[in-house]
Amino acid sequence: MTADAVLFWSLSIALVMLGLAMGIAAWRIVWGPRAQDRVLGMDTLYLNGMLLILVFNIRAGSQSYFEAALIIGLLGFAATVALAKFLMRGEVIE
Amino acid sequence: MSRLLPYPLLSLFLLSMWLVLNGSVAPATLLNGALLGLLLPFAMRTLEPPKARIRAPGAILRLAGLVFVDILRSNYAVARIILSPRGRERVSGFITVQLSLQSPYAIAMLAVIITSTPGTLWVQYDARSGQLLMHVLDLVDENEWQDLIANRYERLLKEIFP
Amino acid sequence: MTDAAQLPLWAAWVVTALALAGAGLSLVGAIGLLRLRRFYERVHAPTLGATLGMGLVVGASILFFSLLEGELVLRDGLIALFLTLTTPVTLILLARAAVFRDRTEGSEDVPADLHH
Repeated sequence: MTADAVLFWSLSIALVMLGLAMGIAAWRIVWGPRAQDRVLGMDTLYLNGMLLILVFNIRAGSQSYFEAALIIGLLGFAATVALAKFLMRGEVIE
Repeated sequence: MSRLLPYPLLSLFLLSMWLVLNGSVAPATLLNGALLGLLLPFAMRTLEPPKARIRAPGAILRLAGLVFVDILRSNYAVARIILSPRGRERVSGFITVQLSLQSPYAIAMLAVIITSTPGTLWVQYDARSGQLLMHVLDLVDENEWQDLIANRYERLLKEIFP
Repeated sequence: MTDAAQLPLWAAWVVTALALAGAGLSLVGAIGLLRLRRFYERVHAPTLGATLGMGLVVGASILFFSLLEGELVLRDGLIALFLTLTTPVTLILLARAAVFRDRTEGSEDVPADLHH
């Protein structure tokens, strides 16, 4: 087996695993049962999405999606903080 | 020195972040990074953060090693809990721990350490009484956690932030 | 998948092992989101992917691109740094919000406020 084939197949498996993790997180977003569960699901969804992009980068052999991963990481943080604040106060900006 | 570079560590961090992000040490990149490092800390000055004094570089390394090992161990422990069949009895719950740290930076550091370790979660800290409410996934003995935090983390954090 | 062929076979296996371990750990964290029964137990689950899982995937990426470009490429380390700093903040805030909501509803699962 060449290095090329090893990377291609095993990283495809890793992509499927991360996609599955995103699916489970999406299930939590849809079914809750409470609002904090949905926010936690979203947090997990963006985290796994970011890891998916990193693995995709390795598989493609280029860093063209690095900025996308960085932005998902930072925006996901801001979104979760804003939602947690909303759950606590009912308002984002006081 | 202090008028030109109010936060030297922050300046250094910004410069190195810029270099890593660009992936080069070309003169133009260096100049841009140096400008960032010189100018951005002035925005920080309006926030007036309390002065941090960091001591004991040896203690920082020991703490980093300790946290790394703890994260490895508790990752394994939590993964086992998640994958184990439903039958096993396991108690999870809230505990209250008395902290003796004073420096806000040390407390923030402890919050990051405790939350980053799977299986423990920092919930609420009361600055007046110094009490911390945290949630533990696999709670065996409440006193054990009090001991663990006081002897394992707090002692080193007090050395770093006197 | 054109450039990756230049990588030696051992390096391909190491990158593979790191990426698979990281993705697997992250998946286990997501399964925890599914299996654990109460919200305060589920909060612990995503930390698996956010700490060691993320570290392994970032390690695979750094190793791969450093070997590919023949120099140390540390850009992905920045993602690891930012994520290590931000994940605790989100989880602490989320836990506090959940505790606050449970307290105002008078739930018995949550201990009373520390201020008194």
